[in-house]
Amino acid sequence: MLGWAVIRPRGWPEAVAAVPAAVILIAAGAIPADDAGAEARRLGPVIGFLIAILVLAHLCDDDGLFRACGAWLARSSGGRPRRLLALVFVAAAVTTAVLSLDTTVVLLTPVVFATAARLQVRSRPHVYACTHLANSASLLLPVSNLTNLLAFAASGLAFGRFAALMALPWLAVIGTEYAVFGRFFASDLGAAPRPPPDSGAEQAPLPVFTVPVFTVVVVVLTLAGFAVASAAGVSPAWAALAGAAVLAGRALARRRATPLSLLRAADLPFGLFVLGLGIVVQAVVGNGLGQALAPLVPAGTSLLALMSIAALAAALANVCNNLPAVLVLLPLTAASGSGAVLAMLLGVNIGPNLTYTGSLATLLWRRTLRRHGEVPDLGEFTRLGLLTVPAGLVIAVLALWVGLRALGG
Amino acid sequence: MTDSDTTLRSVIIWVCEGTWQATVDAALSLAPAPARFTVLHVTSRAPADTARGAYLGLLGRGGHDPGARFDEVAAEAAADLVEAAARRLGQPCERLEIQDHSERAVVAASAHADLLIVARDGDRSRLGPKSLGRATRFVVDHAACPVLLVWPDAAPDVGTMPPPPHHPHLGGR
Repeated sequence: MLGWAVIRPRGWPEAVAAVPAAVILIAAGAIPADDAGAEARRLGPVIGFLIAILVLAHLCDDDGLFRACGAWLARSSGGRPRRLLALVFVAAAVTTAVLSLDTTVVLLTPVVFATAARLQVRSRPHVYACTHLANSASLLLPVSNLTNLLAFAASGLAFGRFAALMALPWLAVIGTEYAVFGRFFASDLGAAPRPPPDSGAEQAPLPVFTVPVFTVVVVVLTLAGFAVASAAGVSPAWAALAGAAVLAGRALARRRATPLSLLRAADLPFGLFVLGLGIVVQAVVGNGLGQALAPLVPAGTSLLALMSIAALAAALANVCNNLPAVLVLLPLTAASGSGAVLAMLLGVNIGPNLTYTGSLATLLWRRTLRRHGEVPDLGEFTRLGLLTVPAGLVIAVLALWVGLRALGG
Repeated sequence: MTDSDTTLRSVIIWVCEGTWQATVDAALSLAPAPARFTVLHVTSRAPADTARGAYLGLLGRGGHDPGARFDEVAAEAAADLVEAAARRLGQPCERLEIQDHSERAVVAASAHADLLIVARDGDRSRLGPKSLGRATRFVVDHAACPVLLVWPDAAPDVGTMPPPPHHPHLGGR
Protein backbone atom coordinates (compact mmCIF):
# COMPACT_ATOMS: atom_id res chain seq x y z
CA MET A 1 0.00 0.00 0.00
CA LEU A 2 2.87 2.36 0.78
CA GLY A 3 4.48 1.29 -2.47
CA TRP A 4 1.32 2.31 -4.28
CA ALA A 5 1.32 5.66 -2.49
CA VAL A 6 4.82 6.44 -3.77
CA ILE A 7 4.50 5.11 -7.31
CA ARG A 8 0.91 6.19 -7.86
CA PRO A 9 0.08 4.20 -10.99
CA ARG A 10 -1.61 6.39 -13.60
CA GLY A 11 -1.51 9.27 -11.16
CA TRP A 12 -4.37 7.78 -9.13
CA PRO A 13 -4.62 9.14 -5.63
CA GLU A 14 -3.25 7.13 -2.72
CA ALA A 15 -6.76 6.59 -1.40
CA VAL A 16 -7.50 4.23 -4.31
CA ALA A 17 -5.31 1.66 -2.59
CA ALA A 18 -5.80 2.61 1.06
CA VAL A 19 -9.58 2.65 1.26
CA PRO A 20 -10.21 -0.76 -0.39
CA ALA A 21 -7.39 -2.21 1.74
CA ALA A 22 -9.16 -0.95 4.86
CA VAL A 23 -12.52 -2.27 3.63
CA ILE A 24 -11.04 -5.71 2.86
CA LEU A 25 -9.47 -5.92 6.32
CA ILE A 26 -12.76 -4.99 7.98
CA ALA A 27 -14.69 -7.49 5.83
CA ALA A 28 -12.13 -10.22 6.56
CA GLY A 29 -12.52 -9.59 10.26
CA ALA A 30 -8.90 -8.53 10.77
CA ILE A 31 -10.22 -5.52 12.65
CA PRO A 32 -13.66 -5.42 14.31
CA ALA A 33 -15.99 -2.94 12.60
CA ASP A 34 -16.50 -1.15 15.93
CA ASP A 35 -12.76 -0.58 16.36
CA ALA A 36 -12.50 0.65 12.79
CA GLY A 37 -15.37 3.04 13.48
CA ALA A 38 -13.68 4.31 16.64
CA GLU A 39 -10.43 4.83 14.74
CA ALA A 40 -12.29 6.76 12.04
CA ARG A 41 -13.98 8.97 14.66
CA ARG A 42 -10.60 9.60 16.30
CA LEU A 43 -8.89 10.44 12.99
CA GLY A 44 -11.73 12.50 11.53
CA PRO A 45 -11.11 15.74 13.50
CA VAL A 46 -7.33 15.39 13.02
CA ILE A 47 -7.76 15.16 9.26
CA GLY A 48 -10.16 18.10 9.33
CA PHE A 49 -7.51 20.12 11.15
CA LEU A 50 -4.90 19.18 8.54
CA ILE A 51 -7.22 20.11 5.69
CA ALA A 52 -7.87 23.54 7.24
CA ILE A 53 -4.11 24.15 7.48
CA LEU A 54 -3.51 23.01 3.89
CA VAL A 55 -6.22 25.38 2.63
CA LEU A 56 -4.83 28.21 4.77
CA ALA A 57 -1.35 27.68 3.30
CA HIS A 58 -2.71 27.50 -0.24
CA LEU A 59 -4.51 30.82 0.24
CA CYS A 60 -1.36 32.40 1.71
CA ASP A 61 0.43 31.38 -1.48
CA ASP A 62 -2.37 32.85 -3.62
CA ASP A 63 -2.01 36.11 -1.68
CA GLY A 64 1.68 36.24 -2.58
CA LEU A 65 3.13 35.42 0.84
CA PHE A 66 5.84 33.13 -0.55
CA ARG A 67 6.67 35.42 -3.47
CA ALA A 68 7.19 38.15 -0.88
CA CYS A 69 9.33 35.74 1.12
CA GLY A 70 11.51 35.07 -1.94
CA ALA A 71 11.96 38.77 -2.57
CA TRP A 72 12.82 39.33 1.11
CA LEU A 73 15.42 36.56 0.94
CA ALA A 74 16.96 38.07 -2.20
CA ARG A 75 17.12 41.58 -0.79
CA SER A 76 18.20 40.88 2.75
CA SER A 77 20.87 38.38 1.74
CA GLY A 78 22.44 40.79 -0.72
CA GLY A 79 23.49 37.73 -2.73
CA ARG A 80 25.86 36.50 0.01
CA PRO A 81 25.47 32.72 0.27
CA ARG A 82 26.07 32.39 4.03
CA ARG A 83 23.64 35.15 4.82
CA LEU A 84 21.10 33.63 2.45
CA LEU A 85 21.44 30.28 4.22
CA ALA A 86 20.76 31.87 7.61
CA LEU A 87 17.65 33.60 6.24
CA VAL A 88 16.46 30.42 4.51
CA PHE A 89 16.80 28.66 7.88
CA VAL A 90 14.58 31.30 9.48
CA ALA A 91 12.01 31.19 6.67
CA ALA A 92 11.87 27.40 6.52
CA ALA A 93 11.74 26.94 10.31
CA VAL A 94 8.91 29.46 10.73
CA THR A 95 6.95 28.25 7.68
CA THR A 96 7.20 24.65 8.80
CA ALA A 97 6.23 25.41 12.39
CA VAL A 98 3.22 27.59 11.53
CA LEU A 99 1.92 26.25 8.21
CA SER A 100 3.19 22.64 8.35
CA LEU A 101 5.97 20.80 6.60
CA ASP A 102 3.83 20.26 3.51
CA THR A 103 3.85 23.99 2.91
CA THR A 104 7.63 24.21 3.17
CA VAL A 105 8.14 21.34 0.72
CA VAL A 106 5.50 22.28 -1.82
CA LEU A 107 5.38 26.08 -1.65
CA LEU A 108 8.57 27.45 -0.04
CA THR A 109 11.24 25.17 -1.58
CA PRO A 110 10.59 26.23 -5.21
CA VAL A 111 10.67 29.89 -4.15
CA VAL A 112 14.01 29.40 -2.38
CA PHE A 113 15.43 27.59 -5.39
CA ALA A 114 14.31 30.30 -7.80
CA THR A 115 15.74 32.97 -5.48
CA ALA A 116 19.14 31.25 -5.32
CA ALA A 117 19.13 30.81 -9.10
CA ARG A 118 18.31 34.47 -9.67
CA LEU A 119 21.06 35.57 -7.28
CA GLN A 120 23.49 33.23 -9.11
CA VAL A 121 24.22 31.54 -5.83
CA ARG A 122 24.72 27.77 -5.68
CA SER A 123 21.31 26.45 -4.74
CA ARG A 124 22.26 23.12 -3.19
CA PRO A 125 22.67 24.15 0.48
CA HIS A 126 19.50 26.23 0.41
CA VAL A 127 17.31 23.54 -1.14
CA TYR A 128 18.67 20.94 1.27
CA ALA A 129 17.97 23.37 4.13
CA CYS A 130 14.30 23.52 3.10
CA THR A 131 13.86 19.78 2.81
CA HIS A 132 15.75 19.08 6.04
CA LEU A 133 13.94 21.72 8.10
CA ALA A 134 10.58 20.59 6.70
CA ASN A 135 11.19 17.51 8.85
CA SER A 136 13.38 18.60 11.72
CA ALA A 137 11.75 22.01 12.30
CA SER A 138 8.30 20.42 12.39
CA LEU A 139 8.61 19.80 16.13
CA LEU A 140 7.32 23.07 17.54
CA LEU A 141 3.52 23.11 17.17
CA PRO A 142 0.84 20.46 16.78
CA VAL A 143 0.02 21.94 13.36
CA SER A 144 3.60 21.66 12.09
CA ASN A 145 3.32 18.02 11.09
CA LEU A 146 0.52 15.50 10.64
CA THR A 147 2.43 13.22 13.03
CA ASN A 148 2.15 15.94 15.71
CA LEU A 149 -1.56 16.38 15.08
CA LEU A 150 -2.14 12.66 15.54
CA ALA A 151 -0.10 12.59 18.74
CA PHE A 152 -1.56 15.86 20.02
CA ALA A 153 -5.06 14.45 19.83
CA ALA A 154 -3.97 11.41 21.83
CA SER A 155 -1.62 13.05 24.32
CA GLY A 156 -4.13 15.29 26.06
CA LEU A 157 -1.60 18.15 26.12
CA ALA A 158 -2.83 21.72 25.70
CA PHE A 159 -1.59 23.56 22.59
CA GLY A 160 0.52 26.01 24.59
CA ARG A 161 2.10 23.30 26.71
CA PHE A 162 2.97 21.22 23.64
CA ALA A 163 4.70 24.26 22.16
CA ALA A 164 6.47 25.12 25.44
CA LEU A 165 7.87 21.60 25.81
CA MET A 166 8.92 21.38 22.16
CA ALA A 167 10.44 24.87 21.88
CA LEU A 168 13.82 23.88 23.27
CA PRO A 169 14.18 20.69 21.15
CA TRP A 170 13.05 22.71 18.11
CA LEU A 171 15.74 25.35 18.62
CA ALA A 172 18.36 22.73 19.46
CA VAL A 173 17.72 20.74 16.29
CA ILE A 174 17.73 23.82 14.07
CA GLY A 175 21.02 24.90 15.66
CA THR A 176 22.53 21.46 15.04
CA GLU A 177 21.41 21.47 11.41
CA TYR A 178 22.83 24.95 10.91
CA ALA A 179 26.20 24.02 12.36
CA VAL A 180 26.43 20.89 10.18
CA PHE A 181 25.26 22.71 7.03
CA GLY A 182 27.88 25.44 7.48
CA ARG A 183 30.66 22.86 7.39
CA PHE A 184 29.14 20.37 4.95
CA PHE A 185 28.48 22.99 2.28
CA ALA A 186 31.54 25.12 3.05
CA SER A 187 32.74 25.21 -0.55
CA ASP A 188 29.31 26.03 -2.01
CA LEU A 189 28.78 28.75 0.59
CA GLY A 190 32.29 30.12 0.13
CA ALA A 191 31.82 30.58 -3.62
CA ALA A 192 30.54 34.13 -3.37
CA PRO A 193 30.68 36.55 -6.25
CA ARG A 194 33.72 38.76 -6.04
CA PRO A 195 33.20 42.04 -4.28
CA PRO A 196 32.57 44.55 -5.76
CA PRO A 197 29.91 42.83 -7.84
CA ASP A 198 31.28 44.13 -11.14
CA SER A 199 28.56 42.23 -12.95
CA GLY A 200 25.93 44.34 -11.19
CA ALA A 201 24.66 45.80 -14.43
CA GLU A 202 24.16 42.33 -15.87
CA GLN A 203 21.92 41.10 -13.11
CA ALA A 204 18.18 41.48 -13.15
CA PRO A 205 16.94 44.16 -10.74
CA LEU A 206 15.85 42.77 -7.37
CA PRO A 207 12.10 42.36 -7.09
CA VAL A 208 10.14 44.85 -5.04
CA PHE A 209 8.51 43.13 -2.14
CA THR A 210 5.11 43.89 -0.79
CA VAL A 211 4.06 41.93 2.25
CA PRO A 212 0.44 40.77 2.08
CA VAL A 213 -0.34 42.37 5.44
CA PHE A 214 -3.91 41.15 5.75
CA THR A 215 -2.82 37.55 5.16
CA VAL A 216 -0.02 37.76 7.70
CA VAL A 217 -2.39 39.24 10.29
CA VAL A 218 -4.88 36.42 9.72
CA VAL A 219 -2.14 33.80 10.11
CA VAL A 220 -0.88 35.41 13.34
CA LEU A 221 -4.43 35.63 14.72
CA THR A 222 -5.02 31.99 13.78
CA LEU A 223 -1.88 31.07 15.65
CA ALA A 224 -3.05 32.99 18.71
CA GLY A 225 -6.45 31.33 18.25
CA PHE A 226 -4.85 27.87 18.58
CA ALA A 227 -3.50 28.68 22.02
CA VAL A 228 -6.63 30.49 23.21
CA ALA A 229 -9.03 27.82 21.94
CA SER A 230 -6.98 25.04 23.45
CA ALA A 231 -6.75 26.82 26.82
CA ALA A 232 -10.52 27.29 26.75
CA GLY A 233 -11.02 23.59 26.13
CA VAL A 234 -12.14 24.04 22.51
CA SER A 235 -10.44 22.10 19.71
CA PRO A 236 -7.83 24.35 18.04
CA ALA A 237 -9.03 22.93 14.73
CA TRP A 238 -11.81 25.53 14.91
CA ALA A 239 -9.23 28.33 14.92
CA ALA A 240 -7.61 26.85 11.82
CA LEU A 241 -11.00 26.57 10.19
CA ALA A 242 -11.82 30.20 11.07
CA GLY A 243 -8.51 31.45 9.65
CA ALA A 244 -8.98 29.46 6.45
CA ALA A 245 -12.59 30.66 6.18
CA VAL A 246 -11.59 34.34 6.47
CA LEU A 247 -8.95 34.06 3.75
CA ALA A 248 -11.21 31.89 1.59
CA GLY A 249 -14.10 34.34 1.91
CA ARG A 250 -11.85 37.21 0.91
CA ALA A 251 -10.37 35.28 -2.03
CA LEU A 252 -13.84 34.26 -3.23
CA ALA A 253 -15.14 37.83 -2.93
CA ARG A 254 -12.18 39.11 -4.94
CA ARG A 255 -12.64 36.28 -7.43
CA ARG A 256 -9.12 35.05 -6.82
CA ALA A 257 -10.37 31.62 -5.85
CA THR A 258 -13.27 29.44 -6.90
CA PRO A 259 -15.07 26.86 -4.78
CA LEU A 260 -13.43 24.25 -7.02
CA SER A 261 -9.89 25.55 -6.44
CA LEU A 262 -10.51 25.55 -2.70
CA LEU A 263 -11.81 22.00 -2.87
CA ARG A 264 -8.69 20.96 -4.75
CA ALA A 265 -6.50 22.65 -2.13
CA ALA A 266 -8.33 20.72 0.58
CA ASP A 267 -7.00 17.49 -0.98
CA LEU A 268 -9.82 15.28 0.28
CA PRO A 269 -8.37 12.11 -1.28
CA PHE A 270 -5.37 12.51 0.99
CA GLY A 271 -7.70 12.69 3.98
CA LEU A 272 -9.28 9.42 2.86
CA PHE A 273 -5.81 7.92 2.48
CA VAL A 274 -4.91 8.77 6.08
CA LEU A 275 -8.22 7.34 7.26
CA GLY A 276 -7.61 4.10 5.34
CA LEU A 277 -4.01 3.95 6.52
CA GLY A 278 -5.13 4.41 10.13
CA ILE A 279 -7.52 1.47 9.91
CA VAL A 280 -4.99 -0.75 8.13
CA VAL A 281 -2.31 0.05 10.72
CA GLN A 282 -4.80 -0.58 13.51
CA ALA A 283 -5.47 -4.03 12.04
CA VAL A 284 -1.75 -4.80 11.74
CA VAL A 285 -1.07 -3.62 15.31
CA GLY A 286 -4.02 -5.62 16.65
CA ASN A 287 -2.79 -8.76 14.90
CA GLY A 288 0.61 -9.07 16.50
CA LEU A 289 2.76 -6.04 15.67
CA GLY A 290 1.70 -4.22 18.82
CA GLN A 291 2.63 -7.20 20.98
CA ALA A 292 5.91 -7.60 19.15
CA LEU A 293 6.88 -3.96 19.64
CA ALA A 294 5.61 -3.46 23.19
CA PRO A 295 8.72 -4.92 24.90
CA LEU A 296 10.89 -2.50 22.88
CA VAL A 297 9.09 0.57 24.23
CA PRO A 298 10.54 1.41 27.64
CA ALA A 299 8.29 2.72 30.36
CA GLY A 300 8.84 6.00 32.17
CA THR A 301 10.43 9.25 31.10
CA SER A 302 14.02 8.90 32.28
CA LEU A 303 16.62 10.26 29.89
CA LEU A 304 17.50 6.74 28.79
CA ALA A 305 13.85 5.82 28.22
CA LEU A 306 13.27 8.97 26.15
CA MET A 307 16.39 8.25 24.09
CA SER A 308 15.28 4.66 23.40
CA ILE A 309 11.78 5.75 22.38
CA ALA A 310 13.14 8.42 20.02
CA ALA A 311 15.64 5.98 18.50
CA LEU A 312 12.98 3.30 18.02
CA ALA A 313 10.61 5.83 16.44
CA ALA A 314 13.34 7.11 14.10
CA ALA A 315 14.22 3.56 13.08
CA LEU A 316 10.59 2.68 12.40
CA ALA A 317 10.06 5.90 10.43
CA ASN A 318 13.03 4.95 8.27
CA VAL A 319 11.95 1.35 7.79
CA CYS A 320 8.44 2.18 6.59
CA ASN A 321 7.38 5.84 6.78
CA ASN A 322 6.74 8.22 9.64
CA LEU A 323 2.96 8.21 9.24
CA PRO A 324 2.44 4.49 9.91
CA ALA A 325 5.26 4.70 12.47
CA VAL A 326 3.38 7.24 14.56
CA LEU A 327 0.11 5.31 14.25
CA VAL A 328 1.85 2.16 15.50
CA LEU A 329 3.79 3.76 18.36
CA LEU A 330 1.14 6.15 19.63
CA PRO A 331 -0.87 3.65 21.68
CA LEU A 332 2.35 2.12 23.05
CA THR A 333 3.88 5.41 24.21
CA ALA A 334 0.68 7.14 25.36
CA ALA A 335 0.65 4.84 28.38
CA SER A 336 3.91 6.39 29.65
CA GLY A 337 2.56 9.92 29.48
CA SER A 338 3.10 12.97 27.35
CA GLY A 339 6.91 12.98 27.73
CA ALA A 340 7.14 9.62 26.00
CA VAL A 341 4.76 10.74 23.24
CA LEU A 342 6.89 13.83 22.58
CA ALA A 343 10.10 11.75 22.51
CA MET A 344 8.42 9.50 19.94
CA LEU A 345 7.60 12.61 17.87
CA LEU A 346 11.26 13.68 17.96
CA GLY A 347 12.12 10.32 16.41
CA VAL A 348 9.47 10.26 13.68
CA ASN A 349 10.00 13.92 12.71
CA ILE A 350 13.82 14.12 12.68
CA GLY A 351 14.37 10.52 11.52
CA PRO A 352 13.08 10.90 7.93
CA ASN A 353 16.08 13.07 6.99
CA LEU A 354 18.03 9.82 6.71
CA THR A 355 15.87 8.39 3.91
CA TYR A 356 13.38 10.62 2.11
CA THR A 357 10.26 8.62 2.61
CA GLY A 358 11.32 5.62 4.60
CA SER A 359 13.66 3.12 3.05
CA LEU A 360 10.94 0.91 1.57
CA ALA A 361 9.38 3.80 -0.28
CA THR A 362 12.77 5.18 -1.31
CA LEU A 363 13.68 1.85 -2.88
CA LEU A 364 10.46 1.79 -4.87
CA TRP A 365 10.93 5.40 -5.89
CA ARG A 366 14.46 4.75 -7.12
CA ARG A 367 13.22 1.82 -9.13
CA THR A 368 10.55 3.84 -10.91
CA LEU A 369 12.98 6.67 -11.64
CA ARG A 370 15.54 4.26 -13.00
CA ARG A 371 12.97 2.89 -15.39
CA HIS A 372 12.69 6.41 -16.77
CA GLY A 373 16.44 6.60 -17.29
CA GLU A 374 17.24 8.83 -14.32
CA VAL A 375 19.18 7.67 -11.32
CA PRO A 376 18.86 9.98 -8.34
CA ASP A 377 22.11 10.43 -6.47
CA LEU A 378 21.32 9.57 -2.87
CA GLY A 379 24.94 9.67 -1.72
CA GLU A 380 25.04 13.32 -0.73
CA PHE A 381 21.59 13.23 0.85
CA THR A 382 22.53 10.20 2.92
CA ARG A 383 25.89 11.60 4.03
CA LEU A 384 24.17 14.80 5.17
CA GLY A 385 21.52 12.76 6.97
CA LEU A 386 24.12 10.68 8.78
CA LEU A 387 25.73 13.88 10.06
CA THR A 388 22.52 15.63 11.16
CA VAL A 389 20.04 12.95 12.24
CA PRO A 390 21.85 11.11 15.05
CA ALA A 391 23.33 14.34 16.45
CA GLY A 392 19.99 16.15 16.13
CA LEU A 393 18.13 13.32 17.84
CA VAL A 394 20.47 13.16 20.82
CA ILE A 395 20.49 16.93 21.31
CA ALA A 396 16.71 17.19 20.87
CA VAL A 397 16.03 14.44 23.41
CA LEU A 398 18.37 16.13 25.88
CA ALA A 399 16.54 19.41 25.33
CA LEU A 400 13.17 17.70 25.81
CA TRP A 401 14.40 16.06 29.00
CA VAL A 402 15.57 19.43 30.33
CA GLY A 403 12.21 20.96 29.36
CA LEU A 404 10.27 18.20 31.10
CA ARG A 405 12.35 18.69 34.26
CA ALA A 406 11.91 22.48 34.17
CA LEU A 407 8.20 22.55 33.34
CA GLY A 408 7.23 19.35 35.07
CA GLY A 409 6.56 16.25 33.01
CA MET B 1 33.26 30.49 -36.77
CA THR B 2 34.97 29.12 -39.89
CA ASP B 3 36.37 25.70 -40.62
CA SER B 4 39.93 26.97 -40.23
CA ASP B 5 39.13 27.30 -36.53
CA THR B 6 39.96 23.63 -36.10
CA THR B 7 43.63 24.55 -36.33
CA LEU B 8 43.24 26.79 -33.28
CA ARG B 9 43.78 25.57 -29.74
CA SER B 10 40.49 24.68 -28.07
CA VAL B 11 40.00 26.21 -24.64
CA ILE B 12 37.11 25.21 -22.39
CA ILE B 13 36.07 27.69 -19.71
CA TRP B 14 34.13 25.92 -16.93
CA VAL B 15 31.86 28.56 -15.38
CA CYS B 16 30.24 28.06 -11.98
CA GLU B 17 28.03 30.28 -9.85
CA GLY B 18 30.10 32.64 -7.75
CA THR B 19 33.47 32.08 -9.44
CA TRP B 20 32.82 32.39 -13.16
CA GLN B 21 34.35 35.83 -13.60
CA ALA B 22 37.79 34.51 -12.63
CA THR B 23 37.76 31.73 -15.24
CA VAL B 24 36.71 34.12 -17.99
CA ASP B 25 39.40 36.61 -16.95
CA ALA B 26 42.00 33.83 -16.96
CA ALA B 27 40.90 32.86 -20.46
CA LEU B 28 41.50 36.42 -21.60
CA SER B 29 44.86 36.91 -19.91
CA LEU B 30 46.46 33.45 -19.86
CA ALA B 31 45.00 31.28 -22.64
CA PRO B 32 46.75 31.02 -26.02
CA ALA B 33 45.50 33.66 -28.42
CA PRO B 34 43.75 33.29 -30.72
CA ALA B 35 41.86 30.26 -29.46
CA ARG B 36 38.59 28.46 -29.96
CA PHE B 37 36.68 29.14 -26.74
CA THR B 38 33.86 27.09 -25.24
CA VAL B 39 31.91 28.34 -22.23
CA LEU B 40 30.78 25.24 -20.29
CA HIS B 41 28.21 25.13 -17.49
CA VAL B 42 26.92 22.03 -15.71
CA THR B 43 23.65 22.13 -13.79
CA SER B 44 23.48 19.59 -11.00
CA ARG B 45 20.27 17.62 -10.76
CA ALA B 46 20.71 17.24 -6.99
CA PRO B 47 18.46 20.17 -5.95
CA ALA B 48 15.56 19.01 -8.13
CA ASP B 49 16.00 15.42 -6.96
CA THR B 50 16.06 16.57 -3.34
CA ALA B 51 12.85 18.53 -3.73
CA ARG B 52 11.21 15.63 -5.55
CA GLY B 53 12.27 13.20 -2.83
CA ALA B 54 10.90 15.42 -0.07
CA TYR B 55 7.62 15.76 -1.96
CA LEU B 56 7.33 11.99 -2.33
CA GLY B 57 7.86 11.74 1.42
CA LEU B 58 4.56 13.55 1.83
CA LEU B 59 2.88 10.63 0.06
CA GLY B 60 1.45 13.03 -2.46
CA ARG B 61 -0.55 15.28 -0.18
CA GLY B 62 -1.24 18.81 -1.29
CA GLY B 63 -0.22 20.52 -4.51
CA HIS B 64 2.15 19.61 -7.29
CA ASP B 65 5.62 18.13 -7.40
CA PRO B 66 7.88 21.16 -6.78
CA GLY B 67 10.77 19.46 -8.57
CA ALA B 68 8.96 19.79 -11.88
CA ARG B 69 9.52 23.54 -12.06
CA PHE B 70 13.14 23.25 -10.96
CA ASP B 71 14.50 22.08 -14.31
CA GLU B 72 12.93 25.04 -16.06
CA VAL B 73 14.20 27.59 -13.53
CA ALA B 74 17.65 25.99 -13.49
CA ALA B 75 17.92 25.99 -17.29
CA GLU B 76 16.98 29.67 -17.38
CA ALA B 77 19.53 30.57 -14.70
CA ALA B 78 22.24 28.54 -16.47
CA ALA B 79 21.52 30.26 -19.78
CA ASP B 80 21.79 33.66 -18.06
CA LEU B 81 25.12 32.72 -16.50
CA VAL B 82 26.60 31.42 -19.76
CA GLU B 83 25.35 34.53 -21.55
CA ALA B 84 27.00 36.80 -18.96
CA ALA B 85 30.25 34.84 -19.27
CA ALA B 86 30.19 35.07 -23.07
CA ARG B 87 29.64 38.81 -22.85
CA ARG B 88 32.55 39.21 -20.44
CA LEU B 89 34.73 37.16 -22.80
CA GLY B 90 33.81 39.49 -25.64
CA GLN B 91 34.83 37.05 -28.36
CA PRO B 92 33.02 34.45 -30.41
CA CYS B 93 32.58 31.27 -28.38
CA GLU B 94 30.67 28.05 -28.24
CA ARG B 95 28.18 27.58 -25.41
CA LEU B 96 27.72 24.23 -23.77
CA GLU B 97 25.05 23.73 -21.10
CA ILE B 98 24.82 20.26 -19.59
CA GLN B 99 22.41 18.85 -17.01
CA ASP B 100 23.97 16.03 -15.10
CA HIS B 101 24.43 14.57 -11.64
CA SER B 102 28.11 15.17 -11.24
CA GLU B 103 31.12 16.92 -12.67
CA ARG B 104 31.97 13.81 -14.64
CA ALA B 105 30.33 15.79 -17.40
CA VAL B 106 33.15 18.36 -17.26
CA VAL B 107 35.81 15.67 -17.59
CA ALA B 108 33.96 14.08 -20.50
CA ALA B 109 33.34 17.38 -22.27
CA SER B 110 36.98 18.48 -21.95
CA ALA B 111 38.60 15.16 -22.90
CA HIS B 112 39.91 16.42 -26.23
CA ALA B 113 40.43 20.06 -25.32
CA ASP B 114 43.84 21.73 -25.33
CA LEU B 115 43.10 23.53 -22.08
CA LEU B 116 40.42 23.49 -19.37
CA ILE B 117 40.12 26.53 -17.12
CA VAL B 118 38.80 25.86 -13.59
CA ALA B 119 38.34 28.11 -10.55
CA ARG B 120 39.01 27.02 -6.98
CA ASP B 121 35.81 27.06 -4.93
CA GLY B 122 36.59 25.88 -1.42
CA ASP B 123 38.27 27.59 1.54
CA ARG B 124 39.92 30.63 0.01
CA SER B 125 41.47 32.01 3.17
CA ARG B 126 44.56 29.81 3.01
CA LEU B 127 46.58 27.73 0.61
CA GLY B 128 45.85 24.05 0.80
CA PRO B 129 43.72 21.11 -0.29
CA LYS B 130 40.56 22.59 1.19
CA SER B 131 40.58 25.29 -1.48
CA LEU B 132 39.03 22.70 -3.80
CA GLY B 133 35.39 21.70 -3.38
CA ARG B 134 34.31 18.13 -4.11
CA ALA B 135 33.32 18.77 -7.72
CA THR B 136 36.41 20.81 -8.54
CA ARG B 137 38.66 18.23 -6.94
CA PHE B 138 37.03 15.50 -9.01
CA VAL B 139 37.68 17.45 -12.20
CA VAL B 140 41.29 18.28 -11.29
CA ASP B 141 41.94 14.65 -10.32
CA HIS B 142 40.35 13.12 -13.40
CA ALA B 143 40.83 15.62 -16.25
CA ALA B 144 42.27 14.12 -19.43
CA CYS B 145 43.54 17.47 -20.69
CA PRO B 146 45.80 20.23 -19.36
CA VAL B 147 44.08 22.19 -16.58
CA LEU B 148 44.55 25.83 -15.64
CA LEU B 149 43.48 26.21 -11.99
CA VAL B 150 42.92 29.79 -10.87
CA TRP B 151 42.02 31.54 -7.61
CA PRO B 152 38.69 33.37 -7.85
CA ASP B 153 40.14 36.38 -6.01
CA ALA B 154 43.66 37.32 -5.02
CA ALA B 155 45.47 34.20 -3.78
CA PRO B 156 46.10 33.97 -0.02
CA ASP B 157 49.55 34.82 1.26
CA VAL B 158 52.13 32.05 0.88
CA GLY B 159 52.53 32.16 4.68
CA THR B 160 49.13 30.47 5.00
CA MET B 161 50.65 27.29 3.60
CA PRO B 162 50.30 24.52 6.21
CA PRO B 163 53.57 23.56 7.98
CA PRO B 164 55.35 20.47 6.65
CA PRO B 165 54.43 17.18 8.32
CA HIS B 166 56.66 16.20 11.20
CA HIS B 167 59.20 13.48 10.19
CA PRO B 168 61.31 12.47 13.19
CA HIS B 169 63.79 10.51 11.02
CA LEU B 170 64.54 13.54 8.94
CA GLY B 171 65.25 15.63 11.97
CA GLY B 172 61.84 17.26 12.28
CA ARG B 173 61.18 20.61 10.75
